[in-house]
Amino acid sequence: MERLELVCPAGTPAALRAAVDAGADTIYCGFRDETNARNFPGLNFSREEMEEGVRYAHKAGVKLLVAINTFPRAGAPEKWRAAVDDAARFGADAVILADLGLLAYAADKHPGLRRHLSVQAAAANADAINFYVDTFGVKRVVLPRVLTVQEISAINRQIGCETEVFVFGGLCVMAEGRCALSAYATGRSPDMNGACSPASHVVYREEGTDLVSRLGPFTINRVKRGAPAPYPTLCKGCFSAGEYRGHVFEDPVSLDAATLIAEFAKAGVTALKIEGRQRSRSYTQAVVRSFRKAVEAEAAGLPIMANELQRLTEGQTTTAGAYAKTWR
Amino acid sequence: MPARPSLTLGPLLFNWPADKWSDFYARIADEAEVDRVVLGEVVCSKRSPFCEDRIGAAVERLQKAGKEVLLASLVLVTLPRERKAMKELAEGAELPVEINDFTMLRYLEPGAPFAAGPLVNVYNEGTLAWLAGRGAKLVCLPPELPIASVTALAKAGGAAGIDTEVWAFGRVPLAISGRCYHARIHGLSKDSCQFVCGEDLDGLRVATLDGEDFLAVNGVQTMSFTHASVLGELDALKAAGVTSFRLSPHDCDMVAVAGLFRERLEEKLDAEEAVTRLGMLLPEARFSNGFLFGDYGAEMVERAQRQVA
Repeated sequence: MERLELVCPAGTPAALRAAVDAGADTIYCGFRDETNARNFPGLNFSREEMEEGVRYAHKAGVKLLVAINTFPRAGAPEKWRAAVDDAARFGADAVILADLGLLAYAADKHPGLRRHLSVQAAAANADAINFYVDTFGVKRVVLPRVLTVQEISAINRQIGCETEVFVFGGLCVMAEGRCALSAYATGRSPDMNGACSPASHVVYREEGTDLVSRLGPFTINRVKRGAPAPYPTLCKGCFSAGEYRGHVFEDPVSLDAATLIAEFAKAGVTALKIEGRQRSRSYTQAVVRSFRKAVEAEAAGLPIMANELQRLTEGQTTTAGAYAKTWR
Repeated sequence: MPARPSLTLGPLLFNWPADKWSDFYARIADEAEVDRVVLGEVVCSKRSPFCEDRIGAAVERLQKAGKEVLLASLVLVTLPRERKAMKELAEGAELPVEINDFTMLRYLEPGAPFAAGPLVNVYNEGTLAWLAGRGAKLVCLPPELPIASVTALAKAGGAAGIDTEVWAFGRVPLAISGRCYHARIHGLSKDSCQFVCGEDLDGLRVATLDGEDFLAVNGVQTMSFTHASVLGELDALKAAGVTSFRLSPHDCDMVAVAGLFRERLEEKLDAEEAVTRLGMLLPEARFSNGFLFGDYGAEMVERAQRQVA
């Protein structure tokens, strides 16, 4: 059996070099604008940096994918089209796209440039995936985080392309690419702006013995002063509904599916994806190293150590998320 | 552009008892001034059996009353039985389908007429034109779009000869998940949910810990707490080229709601009077139009304010 491909995030050129050196098979990154779903201040690649990044990766035998996975704004398609054109020009190994119109553009203008379907396209079953394969020549789909391992296995038997699954990092509890919660509170959304619960709209304030974190006009968390204050990501907040008071949508956990690597391999998955282009170089390095070891262990038929990375995860607790059916 | 803007009654997003469901659509057929009605379960396939055997009679009554009827597809399709049901919906139906997930494009014959619902991502002219080329006759735009995007898309819709619709009334669907929040809140698993979503005919209010109204949970769907309403802004939207307006069913007098929109579209009622009357119909509701006109979705931008700006 082939080794699983390890797909690693790079939010900066320094993180890219760290990930390449730490054993990534593939790097994914984005241009420094709203064309990618991690459009955060100080992050991402200028045109020159991207060109240099492709060179650095290729020299090490590592592939580079460019995420252009927001939905082009009406009246301004040029920015998104230019991102596709430039990725092709720089010799990127694939573009990761979500928008139907942009897929059509890329397939038409750059038939030789490999197209991956972003998780933002939310293709959650074999028929949807095959639609993208047959219509736009998609070669790989990043699966939404709403599927169990069993469902992933069934999908792999029925589709005409590769699959990539998230194994580590931030966990969206909603189907990605279909969530306007952030826009409801801040006007900025993953689909339109490449941002969720943006820091520009976050306010922390002390009220008596409490520390309150707010996103736009809404209180997302309220903790005792001195307790760790989680970042107010909307769907990880504490709310009340009926008699219930707590994390209505999701606890502040992050995804760690390291122990499922062997199952993913058996399920026919091609690539494992690590989330976190917004994280630091040292984080990227540690996570990539750890998953490199895990992938090698799996390929050698050895057991995989759990929880090695716990200190790096948000909120200190992890979950296998939707991969286990009980999560639903 | 059609001379007369149309009104679409979107699919019921909540889990209502079957008898209430039938009564609702009977009254819509007989009394509501809507042009088009979309029928069928969108949110959760576990609910589908409840009203399935009522759809035929509802279609017949609505059509007799001169209304165009479309059948809605599911928003999230993962299970084999869901795929089978969606395939049958596309291939077997004598009625056009409103697609709420692009999975449906796998099943629909290229060129067969369909509508794109508000839950599929049509954010730009390229995607709209592609769908129109594939057979879309109407596109209801994603509710999070601002007026500038709506204007550009309505123009593209006009050029392609199709209807461009906006979310005009009702709680806005904001997210869909594999996880059921109604079940989670009640300490149940999704598989043994006991259909607790049926207890909340308009969804279950989610408040912040400071008591601010925030969201509403509807099974696997998360919605806005506020009811979106563009009743005060129909002139601006018509001028932008929007040709159709979507009313989303709630447990209120939807015939009266549709009547207000119709009168306003025909300019038999001025905007302020219409908005006042809508407030009287839903005294508990809070309204928003922020996705279209404000800085964020939950906001209500008053007309006067915007005219000054």
